[in-house]
Parts: sequence; structure tokens; C-alpha cells
Amino acid sequence: MKKRNNLAPPQWLLRFFQWFCHPDFVEDIEGDLVERYERRWDESGTTRAKFLLAKDIISLFRPGIIRPLRINHPLTSLYMFRNHLKIAWRNLFKNKFFSTINIGGLAAGMLIPILIGLWMHDELSFNTQYENHDRMALVMQNQTLNGKIETWFGQAMQLETALREDFGDQFKYIVTSPGTRNKVLTYEDKKIKKTGSFYNPDILGMLSIKMIEGSYKSLEDPNAIFLARSTAEALFDGADPMDKSIQLGNDLAVTVKGVYEDLPKNSQFERLLFIATWELYAQSENLEERVGWGNSWFNTFVQIADNADMDKVSLAIKDVKYDRIDADRAKRNNPQMFLHPMKNWYLRGQFENGQSAGGRIEYVWLFGFIALFVLLLACINFMNLSTARSEERAKEVGIRKTLGSVRRQLVGQFFSESMLITGLAFVFALLMTILLLPTFNQLAEKELSIPWLNPWFWGIGISFSLATAIIAGSYPSFYLSAFQPVKVLKGTVRRGRFTSLPRKVLVVIQFTVSISLIIGTIFIFRQIQFAKDRPIGYNRDNLVRIPIKSDEITTHFDALRADLLNTGLVEEMAGTDSPITSTGVTNGGFNWTGKDPNSSNDFTSLRVTYEFGDMVDWEIIEGRDFSKDFTTDSTAIILNEAAVEYMGLEDPIGVVMTRGEDKHPIVGVVKNLITQSPYDPVRQTIFMVHKTWLNYINVKLKAESGAHEALAQIETIYKKYDPVNSFEYEFADESYSRKFRNEERIGKLASFFAILAIFISCLGLFGLAAYVAEQRTKEIGIRKVLGASILELCKMLSKDFIILVALSCLLAAPISYFLMNNWLQDFTYRTELSWWVFVLVGIVALGIALVTVIFQALKAALMNPVNAIKSE
Amino acid sequence: MSKHRLGEFEEIVMLTVAVLYGEAYGVAIIDEMEKRLERSVSIGSLQTVLRRLEKKGYLASEFGEITKVRGGKRKRFFTVTNLGRKALEITKDQRMGLWNAIPKIAFGD
Repeated sequence: MKKRNNLAPPQWLLRFFQWFCHPDFVEDIEGDLVERYERRWDESGTTRAKFLLAKDIISLFRPGIIRPLRINHPLTSLYMFRNHLKIAWRNLFKNKFFSTINIGGLAAGMLIPILIGLWMHDELSFNTQYENHDRMALVMQNQTLNGKIETWFGQAMQLETALREDFGDQFKYIVTSPGTRNKVLTYEDKKIKKTGSFYNPDILGMLSIKMIEGSYKSLEDPNAIFLARSTAEALFDGADPMDKSIQLGNDLAVTVKGVYEDLPKNSQFERLLFIATWELYAQSENLEERVGWGNSWFNTFVQIADNADMDKVSLAIKDVKYDRIDADRAKRNNPQMFLHPMKNWYLRGQFENGQSAGGRIEYVWLFGFIALFVLLLACINFMNLSTARSEERAKEVGIRKTLGSVRRQLVGQFFSESMLITGLAFVFALLMTILLLPTFNQLAEKELSIPWLNPWFWGIGISFSLATAIIAGSYPSFYLSAFQPVKVLKGTVRRGRFTSLPRKVLVVIQFTVSISLIIGTIFIFRQIQFAKDRPIGYNRDNLVRIPIKSDEITTHFDALRADLLNTGLVEEMAGTDSPITSTGVTNGGFNWTGKDPNSSNDFTSLRVTYEFGDMVDWEIIEGRDFSKDFTTDSTAIILNEAAVEYMGLEDPIGVVMTRGEDKHPIVGVVKNLITQSPYDPVRQTIFMVHKTWLNYINVKLKAESGAHEALAQIETIYKKYDPVNSFEYEFADESYSRKFRNEERIGKLASFFAILAIFISCLGLFGLAAYVAEQRTKEIGIRKVLGASILELCKMLSKDFIILVALSCLLAAPISYFLMNNWLQDFTYRTELSWWVFVLVGIVALGIALVTVIFQALKAALMNPVNAIKSE
Repeated sequence: MSKHRLGEFEEIVMLTVAVLYGEAYGVAIIDEMEKRLERSVSIGSLQTVLRRLEKKGYLASEFGEITKVRGGKRKRFFTVTNLGRKALEITKDQRMGLWNAIPKIAFGD
């Protein structure tokens, strides 16, 4: 006997059929299937019946039976969508308070990613406009100096020939340049000043320069010059520039042989506004005679051959200098060449120990992370507020379900709501971006604009909003739609102890991020202040630096000085070869008694005139200042403290430093002057007197003379000696404070974001507190009737939140300690991570949170209990 | 005329539905067709055709009572509508017209 319970057809087959079959047909066809199955089971047994059932079902799997992809009539779903929007809209207006917090918070949260996204895009696209940007590179060298590997951007001009000889097939183009120069271009009696440089014709192909007039070949003539379109227009006022003779600088006669499109903005060669030939430069400067492998004064740019590999070429060329210089030096300095690819020039321009050590890219990622975090904070707010208000919506969900809403529709409804809110927030965020972009540009020193017509911008913006809507809306929509209608309507939905847990976790995350940001910002500013407070060793007040552009100034130095002093507005004037605020010249090859023969030596050097010491008011700690009274002082040297230590001298005064035939007696020691980075230790520096090797005159204005009037007078006198060139000046304290600009900018940006982050977090907390107070209205009423004081009530309502914020403080302290410790490692002179900052920020955060919460708590506690209790 | 054209299988299905008057549901139709025409009919092709004919208006259907057999699923009974009947008649007339037009000599009588 066959058992009756074997009769049931296999459910999984039927389930498959139910899944694909059109719902209108399911019942009767399934009945037919079962009937046939039962009959076959009687006739031929289970196995065969099952097999035939499967065959039947497969035969039914065909168009006409399979359910259409969309069951709903298209019109119905459109109506449903409109209905959802309408309900969402009404909900927005029913709870204006919560809606404002929700939309405002989300908009603020989106504003930051938009701004940072624009900024990141700008940073990352630097230098990518060149057609060959992925094959271009700068040749760099690592040298070992005093046991430390130093990385130099400069090269000897002989490198180009050497590369062509040894590796000609690896490179498509090689150019050498003396760097960007600021030159006066003169045509008839018109003069303009433009930046440009000297190159061989390879540069044209390398930068894919687009010629408007003339051809690449014309640059082979040594006396040719190519002008950028903007230069040509400025110099010729629309007249035809071709084949006109112009003067470049003071003494070079050149002929315009070509005009090219200006090079792209936001790129390294943006300021290449004229191109003259390398040959012209080399001849006019006598380079061939005086410059050898030891003078790494030039930049060598290359483009590797089309089939070459950047890393392989980089490795191949490493010994090209080593093999060509004398063996002793090669062994001592071990010069290793390598290629620095163009894509890294801007973002990864720092080197440490001969290895790439990042650069701006770190800030790009840092801000990217901040943007993501802020967006996350805003999403958390949204989720928090929506779930917190879920009980209010619970009845609605219950009724909708009873009336036949399926869960999918409810999920759809809540998603429509979150889409509406994110959509509105996105629009607000865009409006705020328009308003804030000018300020932001100033802060970030950029020229960003919203790319309205860029499909990528819209694509990313809209998909980000959608993602936000889905992330922010997912938790509420699935949470709410899962309510059981019977329980909801009977009012027996029990919120367990753990339903508020996710909400609490979210608040803690928010505050941890915000507090960490604030602590970070404070340390950035403390570090800047720390460096600013370092004693700089001289007085830079009212100190003006004027570049010397003509030899006339140097030859008439004393006359110029006398004229200036006669004005009565000037206290002193002195010449130097580098700016006092950035001494870049290094000298080596000195010897002195007691020098360790194995140690190499190099000193930062500053050539000055006799008046220098008086002018900057340096502090002599041993010996004396330079003096015209001693004829020997023309070769004398003054050291700074760091140099005394570096040389290991016990009694430096009178020691004679020799270099070749020259003898330099040390006459004095001064306190360290900060002439380079304020974050680094002061380098060993020598000061020497020189009457002609000068590039700047420095003028100290009298404190009581107005800067404006004084500068006008100085210009008149300056023009007397150099009528050709324009008069330029810069205040020393301005150029000094520029050294902090990078850090200050980052500090300002970070504080901007930190303030927004704490604002968003507080908005969230505010909303949540308001909600909790509303929930507990009755409880508060009863407590009041039974005699609770307002203070007690406030304590009760705010306690939970304060605990959360306190927990965030505890979490944020180690996180921010770790991050800031990392950041500070970049600076030799750095501020301490003082513990009190952490405590202070913690207290302030608690205070802000308390103020946020207490407002709501007070409002609830002050209510008349009668109103609270009687309302049903 | 052409819009009433029936396929061969469609015609047979409609005729069978008419034969089974009042008792024409899926399994019964298949059984009847297999018995009378000695051909096997797959449930898939039959159901597809039934739904198509119903959509065209040649067939109408209604559910029967719930019973304990068939897993408690109701049967769907099909009937031929007036429009269906007209289509069948047109098809039949066309066939007859053709038969009548055959000259006797053609079949060698």
C-alpha cells in the first residue's frame, strides 16, 4: 500500500511554479498540475509522477504564463508615488521643527563634501592637461652629504648631453632650463614684465604647444623668441608680432618667430609666457666656460620614449653623473639620478632620505576623509531623528497595513520621504555652495567654480544624494515597515531596552568625530603659534626688501644709501645676496684648524654689506660686528651659534677659515637668526662682507615715518639710479608670515569643518532631546505633581545625553592624540600635545551638549503639569 | 475576415471546449484532446492558447467550487463565447467552401 502522505507533490517544484507564474493564473493551473500529479501517482508511482510534474512545469515556463516584470499597472504606481510624495510633503509641514533640523543638518552635511570634492578635483587634476603628462618627468638626484641623503631638484647642465649620449633611445625629448625667469620685454617704447624661460626646441613637442603663428622649427634659430598669445597681445596691442625685433631683459636682442596658445591653468607651466632659446642663454651667461658638473643650477625635464617604461628608465640612468665626475667626489657624494614623474610633481613633492615622502597628497586624502565623515554625521542625524519619531508613525503604519499595504509599498513610502528630504537638502546645499564659494576660494587660494554644465558633476552629485537617501532612509524604512499592525493598533509595541542602543551608538560616533576634529584644529593653531613665537634673532619691523635689477644700483651703492638716509625717513640700508627671510645659498669647501678631516662641510651663507648688522639689530654674543675700520674685514666671517656648534669650536674668535687661497678670519658670533623655515632648526650660517655680489637692498624705515610716503620717496630715488626697471618691494614681516601660510590655510579650513561638524552633531542632539522630552511629557507632569523640582527634572532629562558625550570625549582623546602626533612628526620644532587641551575641549564639548539639551529639558520641566496630564 | 483567422491548434482547443460544454477545464481538455485526436498535448502549450483565446474574447472562463481534491485549488471552466462561435463557423465555412470546390476528378472518384 502506498502511503497517503506520499501523495503530496514536491513543494519546491510548486513553489517554483508559483514564483514565475502570472498571479491571475496560479490557482487553476496549479490545481490542474496537482490533479495530473495525483492521477499519475496512482498510475505509475511517485518517481515518474514527479518527473512528469517537472516536465509540465517546464512546459509552462513560457511567455504568456510567466508573470510580467511589473505587476502593478504603470498608472497605479505613478499614483502611489504621487501619493507618497504628498504624504511626505504633509509630514514635512506637520513637523516644521524636525523638518528644519533634518533638512538643514543634511544640507550642511552635503555642503562640505561638495566644497571638498571641488577642491580635491582641482588638486588631483593639476598637471594632467598635458597630452604627454604620464610620460614626462623631472630628473632628480640623491646625494649623500654628511652621512645624510639629500634630494635635489637641480641638475648640472652637462646632464642633458650625458643622457643623450648614454640613453638617447630611452628619451623622446630632453630639455634643460634655468628655471622660470621674470624678464622685461621691450618693443619700441613699450615695456612689459613677463615670466618665461629658456629651452631647446624639444620643449615644444614635450608640452604639445599649440602654435598660432610660426612653426616648431623656428625655435632652432638661437635668437628666436616665442610669445604666449597673452604676452603678444599685451606687447603689440593687436599688431602683428611676427618677425618683430624685441629686447629681452637688459641686453638681449631677439626676434619674435612664433606665437602659441597660453598653457593650461592649474599646471606647472602656466607661467611660461615666453620661450627663448637655451643657446642664447648659455652664450649670454658664459655658461660653457664657468659651469661644470658641480653646479646643479638647472632643471632637466624629459619625456621618455613611447615604448619606454618610467621605472626602468629611472633605474637605468642612476649612475650617469657618478661615472662622469672625479672618482673621489663620486664616492663621497654618491650622486644617484632618478626620474620624478610629472603626476607626482605637485602632490608628492617631498623627499626624505632619498625616498618619496608624500606632500600635498596627504592633505587631499585628509580632507577627503573629513568630507566623508561629515556626510556620515549628517546621515546619522537623519536616521536618528526618523527612528526616534517612529512611534508617531507607528499607528499610520498599522492602519496602512490593515488596509492592505504590503511591506514593499511601505518601504517605498519611507524611501520617497527620505528622497524628498535629501533632494531638498541637495538643493539647499547647492545654494549654500554658491554663497560660500567666494569665501572658500579665498581661504583655499583657488579659483573654483561650480561646473554647472559638467555631466560628471551632476552624475556624482545626484548619485551621492541617492546614496545618502538610501543610507539615511534604510534604517527607518525597514524598521518602521516591520511593525506588526495588531500590536501597533492595540498600543502594545514594546520598545525593548536595546531599541535605543543603535541611536546611542550613533550619537557617540558623531561626537567622537567632532571632538577629534576640534582637538586637531587647536593643535594645528598651537603649532603655528609655537613656530611664530620662536625668537627670530633680529628685528624685522619696517624692513623692506627691494630686488636689484640693474648693476647701476650696485656700483652706486654708497650714493644711493646716502640719498636714502638724507630723506630722513630711512634709518639704515644694507645689501644682501639672498632675502633675509629665505637664505638659499650654501657654501662648502672650508678648512680650519681642528677640523675633522673626514667631515664634509657646508654652510648656509649670506653675503652682506657693513651696515647689515646695525640694520637688523642682531645680537653679538662674542667678538664684534663687521666694521669698515678694519681693512681685513672685507674677508672676515661672522658665525651664528649653530655654526660654532657645528664646527666644534671652543673659542671661535680669531680662528681662520680657509678655502683654497682665501683666508677668512672669524670676527664674531651672533645669536641664531631664523632665515629659513621656522619649523626647522637653524642651520649653521656664515655671514660675509661683499660689496658687489648683491641681489637685494634692504631698507629699514624709521618707525615714525609713514610706510606709504617713505616708499614713494624711495621709489623716486631708486628710479634715479635704475630708470629702466620697475620698482618692487616687499616687507620682511610679510614674507616671514608667508612661511606660515600653508599651515594657517590648513588650520582655517580644518576649523571651518570642525565648527560645521560640531554644529551638525548638536543639531542632532537637539532634535533627539526635543523628542525625548516630548515622549516623556506625561511622566514629567506626574513627577511634578508628586513634587519633583525643576532641577531634578532637568538632571533626569539631560543625564543620558551627557553620559554619551562624555563617552565620546574619552574615545576622541586617544584618536586625536594619535593623529596629531603623526602630523607633528613632520616638524622638527613642534608644540607639545599638552593634556590640558584635551580636557578643555572635553569640557567645552560637554558644555555645548549641555546647553543644547538643557534648553529642551527646561522647556519640558517648566510646563504646567495639568496640561501634560489631561492631554490624551 | 482575416482577423477571425484561427490557428489549427486554436481551432481544436475551441472545439474541444465546446464538446465538453460545462466541464471544460485544463485537465479535462487535455484528456479529451488526447483521447479523440490521439496526439499528446503539453499543459504549457494548452494553457498558453487558452489564455490567448480568452484575451481575444473567443473564450470566457469562471472559477468552480473549492473542493478537497486538487490541493484545494478551484477549477477554471471555459466556455465558447458568441464571438468564438462565429470565428469557428467562419473557419468551418472556409473549409467547406474549399471541399466543395474540389473537382471530383481530383481524388480520382
